[in-house]
Order: sequence, then structure tokens, then C-alpha cells
Amino acid sequence: MVQIRNVNKSYGSNHVVKNLSLDVYEGEFLTILGSSGCGKTTTLRMVAGFEQPTSGEILVQGENIANKEPYERDVNTVFQSYALFPHMTVFDSVAYGLKMKKVPKKEIHTRVLEMLELVQLGGFEKRMPAQLSGGQKQRVAIARALINHPKVLLLDEPLGALDLKLRKQMQLELKRLQQKLNITFLYVTHDQEEALSMSDRIAVMHDGALEQVGKPKEIYEAPQSKFVATFIGETNLFEGVVRGLRDHLVSIAVESGTILGSGEGFAENEMIAVSVRPERMQYSLTPVEGFTIEGIVKEQVYVGSVLKSIIVLQNGYEVKLERLAGEMLPINGTVYPYWEPKDARLIHPRDQEFFSAVENVKMA
Amino acid sequence: MCRQTKEKCAHNAGAVYCGLIYAFLFLPIVVIVINSFNATNTKPYLTWKGFTLDWYGKLFQNSALLDSFQNTIFIAVTSTLLSTFIGTLAAVGMYKYKFRGKNIIDGLLYIPVVIPEIVLGISLLTLFTNTNIPRGLLSLVLAHTTFCIPFVIFNIRARLDGYDKSIEEAFMDLGANRLTTFLRITLPVLAPGIGGGALLAFTLSIDDVIVSYFTNGLTMTFPLKVMESIKSGVSPDVNALSTLILLATMVIVILTQSNLLKNLRKVLKRQS
Amino acid sequence: MIKQRFRSNAGPALVMIGPVVLWLAFFVAIPLIYVLVMSFCGIDKNYNVIFRFTMGNYRRMFDIDYVEIYGQSILIAFFSTVICLVLGYPFSFLIARTFRSKKTILYMMVIIPFWTNSLIRLYGWRTFLGTNGLLNKLLLTLHITSEPIQFLFNRSATILGMAYVLFPFMVLPLYTAIEKLDQAQLEASADLGAHFRSTFLHIMLPQTASGIFSGCIMVFIPCLGYFFVSDILGGGNADVIGNLIQRQFQSGNNWPLGAALSIILIVITLLLVKLYQKCGGDMQSLGV
Repeated sequence: MVQIRNVNKSYGSNHVVKNLSLDVYEGEFLTILGSSGCGKTTTLRMVAGFEQPTSGEILVQGENIANKEPYERDVNTVFQSYALFPHMTVFDSVAYGLKMKKVPKKEIHTRVLEMLELVQLGGFEKRMPAQLSGGQKQRVAIARALINHPKVLLLDEPLGALDLKLRKQMQLELKRLQQKLNITFLYVTHDQEEALSMSDRIAVMHDGALEQVGKPKEIYEAPQSKFVATFIGETNLFEGVVRGLRDHLVSIAVESGTILGSGEGFAENEMIAVSVRPERMQYSLTPVEGFTIEGIVKEQVYVGSVLKSIIVLQNGYEVKLERLAGEMLPINGTVYPYWEPKDARLIHPRDQEFFSAVENVKMA
Repeated sequence: MCRQTKEKCAHNAGAVYCGLIYAFLFLPIVVIVINSFNATNTKPYLTWKGFTLDWYGKLFQNSALLDSFQNTIFIAVTSTLLSTFIGTLAAVGMYKYKFRGKNIIDGLLYIPVVIPEIVLGISLLTLFTNTNIPRGLLSLVLAHTTFCIPFVIFNIRARLDGYDKSIEEAFMDLGANRLTTFLRITLPVLAPGIGGGALLAFTLSIDDVIVSYFTNGLTMTFPLKVMESIKSGVSPDVNALSTLILLATMVIVILTQSNLLKNLRKVLKRQS
Repeated sequence: MIKQRFRSNAGPALVMIGPVVLWLAFFVAIPLIYVLVMSFCGIDKNYNVIFRFTMGNYRRMFDIDYVEIYGQSILIAFFSTVICLVLGYPFSFLIARTFRSKKTILYMMVIIPFWTNSLIRLYGWRTFLGTNGLLNKLLLTLHITSEPIQFLFNRSATILGMAYVLFPFMVLPLYTAIEKLDQAQLEASADLGAHFRSTFLHIMLPQTASGIFSGCIMVFIPCLGYFFVSDILGGGNADVIGNLIQRQFQSGNNWPLGAALSIILIVITLLLVKLYQKCGGDMQSLGV
């Protein structure tokens, strides 16, 4: 549906989008996830036509849109600030796109009312934006963007200004709308939870470059880079050197001892990073075979169904551990963290990460 | 055509348009500056007779012209101070306190701003003749202060609209009395508004023709001197003085601008 | 007890608001009321005002000569306003949006000419446009014309002068209004299929209307009174109401008649301001 090919964008010497290539498939909900300033909004704006790529091309349904003005593109945007027209009623705002397309008045009327019904704003058509709540403004912005039946709907952190409860509700609603209308959604957010719960696929961006693209489950369970591992959800990250390989088992020497993981394609003495999700982390009161790390239980927080603990290793690293509430850990007692080798995710560090890993091991 | 070239073309066309507007704004000033170097000696001093710096020397022998300029500066400084003082008090007072008749004051404030200056001029003329206030420096200062006050107040008010009252209340809560609060909190917050208002007042005063025309008596201000000399042809020493004034204001603008930048940098440094 | 009095608001309020009230009463309200009264008075043989009620001044205002000048005055004001608006809107848009990164300096450059006395700047125009002036010399050397053209001393020259002197008053409110426009709204409009023209018509124009109105008011009203512009560039051929009033108030003339003419100016002003408020204009934006 949308193909972004080797797109670069620089403002002077500031390289904000670096050689980005991304395919968005028809009818899918794709989220670009990243922290602020990572270039995700710029990417979206290039698809919309508000910015032009410094190099590379963007295709919509196979057609290069570089020379198309925003008003010629079959994509519509929901803006972060809503950008509602303050001097127009809800009806006029939503009708705006149709009016620009010179659709007959009668048709405009029925289509706008239908659309307002769809976003659950029936009866609000005479209101002015100033008389609407944040959530209602958001719905108007969505209705306004959807009325032209765009091939792709671009959403730039549309829920950022809403409070938590409303945000959750709108997430579900957006998903419902997307499935009902079967329109391709390209969604930008820095909220990983939002991304995980709504998207068909997630593209993680970091520092202008694409880190990983995949289904939410893949992104969460099989992060391909340290950044993805730490940015999506909580994780315990170890860096070390491969010391032993047996079948799928990999033994890794880290600063505070030896740990186990499982995987293929690793070589002895290779630098790698190991990511273990807190809910996969286990502990024992006696040493476990293959693991030589030990620590002291520093803190425990009981949050309803889950017990969150922090274990401080000898080198000061804090291991996060999360399990269903049950027996408490001995506070200030010595424990031995471990995990099933298959629960650890082994990551080949990239060049820039390599040196920091070397530093860490040297210190150990 | 490619979208990028199209945008570049539009951008350039815009730059040319702006250039033409600035040419329109600055053209007569360029004419003045050129004419201040004109070696002509015959009225109406319009034909170009070669380059000279004589007029800048002669300027300082023309005591009538210098006097009028001195008067203009005196009137501008005095009426700026007066109107800024009265205006600051009034703007803060009207913001803080609710009282009856506020609308009437508001209405009165808009009168000098919207009515044609000539009406203000003749009404003040009738006032001064009927009350025997001597027409001269005093009447000019009073008249200029009158039309400056509303501008000062509006400028400060624009600033007050974004002012958080609770800072002031918090400070009072901590045990400062009203005067301290006013000096330590209100004034610094309003300083840009007050400064802007004062600058506007000064500008309006030095450039005023119409109100001065009716209230000056025998005292001459620089604009009135220009008006008088236009009938017979403005002599190049007036152009020379105008050129010097222009230079001075440009220097002041550049200095304040660069000063602003310095302050900004300081603030940024402190924050980081 | 003392503390309580200190806490009450009457004292400080009086100190702060008292001076401005007195000043406005004495220098604005009373003189204007006096002008109103005087407009119903007559004069004796020595041109002194005598307080006897008469409608004579108002009747005299319908003399055909005067009516012609009202018409001419309004014509000049109208065209000056239109010129300022037509030139000023794109200009304000360009400096506030297109060249946004340099907006402070560009805006400053509109104000700087202000600081040179307006009379002398008008005289600069007169020098430039005169039969001996630069423009004519240029036209003659380029053989575009064989004889110098008289640009000066007519309505067009007066309109040019008015538009020139008052141009910044148009740009000021326009610039403020255009700068406030939300970039995302303009983008949203384009995103929804609007060409620049539609965006201008449906989004920019309605939201900058108040700036346009206040700019027009701030140019139109002074035009009626700026007698010195028509003096310098119109040469007596393009008088405005201001010239009529000025003549009556030169010593030894008919002050009550001048007062009546001033009242007409006030009435026109009030009507325009009322219209402005009706259109949703904000009084505050006339002041700054």
C-alpha cells in the first residue's frame, strides 16, 4: 500500500531520518514506535506531503507521490493537536473535505451525519470546537480525516493529549473503526503499550533509523537489538562474552558471573547481549547449575496480582523480577536469580554497541 | 514541474515581493539621505549640485533647528516618563481591583486611540485657551502625555493577560507587604510591557505633528519646523539632521537587539 | 485595626487609578464636551465664540463645497485603505510565515522608517516624484516620456502618501493575526484536499478577519484627518476633512464651525468602531 524506499531527511546538518525503508500493507494497522525526536513524526509528515524527503521515494499503491501536493494525495491525517478549525461547527469541519471535492450538498449531508454516527458524535453537529471535550475533539478530528475515504489514514500521536482512561477507550475504538472501515492505518506513537495493544505490526525507530519491524509478539519476545529490548516493556539486560556452546545451550560470562541462554549461530568469544523479561526471571535460595550470579533482595512491591522484586547483584546491577503473588522473597536475603535458557533472548550487538560491551567485560 | 522547484520559485517570488515593499518603505528615506549631501545652495534645494558634507557642519550653526530638536526630545522624554508612570499604575490597578465605572475609564482610554488626532488637537487647544494654560513646552507635554497614556496601558495590559495572579498571592502569603510585592514581583514581570509601552510613547511623541500643531503656541518642535520649512523647500541641513536621527535610532535598535540576544544566551546558559 | 485598614483595597486602588481618571477627565472628557457645546455656538464680528444656541454650523456643513470634500475625503481614505490591505496582507503573510526564521528583523524593518519624521519622509516622496525629481529624470533618460510628468498635487499622490504613512498600522494587526494562525490547521486543510486558494478563503481569512478589520480602521480613520499629507502631496487639490478643520482653527477663524466638523469626524469614527465591534472586532487590538 505504502512503500517508503531509502528515504532520508535532513534539516541542514541535522540528519533526522536515515535511509528508511518500510512497507505498509493494505488494510493493516502499522505503528511507528519511538521516543520523541527519533524521526517518526517527520516520516509521517513526508507521507502526508508536508515535508519532502531529501532523498529516496515514497509510493502509494505503486505510484510515486513526490510531486503531489498534500491536497492531491489520497492520504489523510489526524493531527496531534487535532488542528480543528475553531470557527467551524462540527458539521462544517467534517464536511470540509467533501466540500473541497465538490461533492453535492445532499450527499455531504448524509455522509457527514453517517460519519458522526460512526464516531459516536451523533447530535453534536452544531457544536463549536470550543464546546467539546478533549475526547470529542479527537473524534471530530478522526471523522474529518476519514470522511474522504483515504487509502491510508495517518495518525500522529492522536491520543497524546487525553487522560489515561479516555486513552484506553479510544484505543479500542480506533481499532474497531479500522477493522470496520478496512482502511490502512499508519500510526505514530511513543507509547509502547498503545503500540502493542493496537497494531498489526510495529516498526520501532531509534535515532532516525529503523530498528525492527514485526508483529507485537515478535517485537516483545524476540527483540533484535538492545534498544528494542529495553524500549519495549521492561527487561533485564546483560552484556557478556560467549564462553561455552553445547547443543542449543550458550554459556555467557558477564560482569557478575556466568549465565545461560539458548540459541543458534553464536561463536565462542563473541560479544552478545542477553535480555530476560522480569516475568521470566526466577530465583532460588541455592545456586542453580549454569548460573553463578547472586544478589540480595532489595525491594518488594505488591501490586495486586503481581509481586515485583528487585535483586541487587554484586556489581550493583538491579535485576527486576515479577511473579504472580505468592510467597514473599526474603528481604535482604541472598538469592540466586536464574531462568529457563529458552526464556533468555540473545542479541548480537551492533557495531556501536560492541565497544561498550568490551568495556564492561574488561572491567569484570 | 517538480514540486521542489515549484516551491523554490514561490519562495523567490515572495522574497522579491518583500524586497519591493521594503523599497517602497525606504525609498523616501534614501532620497533624504542623498539630499543631505547635496551641494546646492538655492531654494528649493532640489537639483543635485554635487557631493558635500557642508550641511552637517551648517546644521550645528542653525540654532532655531537645534532648539526645535531639543524641544522635541525634552517633550518626548517628559511625556514618556509621565505617561509610563500614570499608565503603569492604572494598568495594574485596573487589573487587580474591581470597581464601578471601570467601563467608563475603558471607553475614555479608547477615545485618544481611535479618534482622528486632529480632533484631540483642537479639543486640547480649546482647553488650553479657556483655562489660560500657557501654550508652549508645558501644553505640549500635557498634550503628548494625553495621547501616550492609553498606548502605555494597552501595552501593559497585553502583558498582564498572561500573568499568573497566584505568584503574587504566594509572595504576599510569605509575608511581603503590598509595596514589596509590587516592586519585587509585579514590576519585573511587567517590565517588558512597560518598556514596550514607554518605547511606543516615545516614538509617538517625537513623530507627532497634528496635536503639536494645535497646542504649541510659539514653541517649535522638530516636526513643526519641518512643516514650516516644507513651504519654501526643505533645506539640506534638515535632511542632515534627519539622517543623523535615523542613524542614531538604527544604532539603538542594533544595540538593544544584540543586548537581547546576550540576555537570552545568559538565561539559556543558566538553565542548562 | 491599622492592619485591617491596610488590607482594605480602597486606598491602593485610589492611588493607582486616581491619576488616570483625573487626567482623562480633564484632558479628554471635558475638552470633547466643550467642543460639542461649541459646535452649537456662534461667533461675533471679531471671531470670538459667543454662547448662543444655533444650528448654523451644522447647516453650513451642507454647503456643496464641503460635501464635495467629505466625498473626496472618504474616497481618499477608502483607496488608501484598500492599497494598504492589498499590499499588506501578502507581505504580512510572507514575513510572519514564509520567512518565519527572520521574522523579528523583518518586522523591525517595517517599524524603523517610522522613526524618521513622517513629514520629512513625505517630503522625500515629493522630491522623488517632482517634475525635477529622480523618477522623472529616469523616465526622461530612458525616453519613456519626452516631458516631465506631473505626479504630484492630485488625489493619487495624496492617496499614495496616506497609504505610505499608514502602511505599518495595517501590517501590525495583520502580522499579529497571521502569526497566530495554527500551522497544523493550514496543513489539515491541505490534507483534506484544499488548494491554497480554498485554504486562504475558508481557514485563513475567517481567522484573520479581526486583524483585517482593525488594520482597516487604523488606516481609514486617520486618513480623514491627516491634513498634512494632502498639504504636502496634494497641494490643495486633494483636501480631506482634516484640512477643513485645520483652517477653521487657525487664529481668527470660525472655531464653532471647526468644532461642528470635528463632531462629524467623531460620529464617523464611532459608527466605524461600532461596526467593527459588531463584526466581532476586539477593541484591545486597536491599541497595540
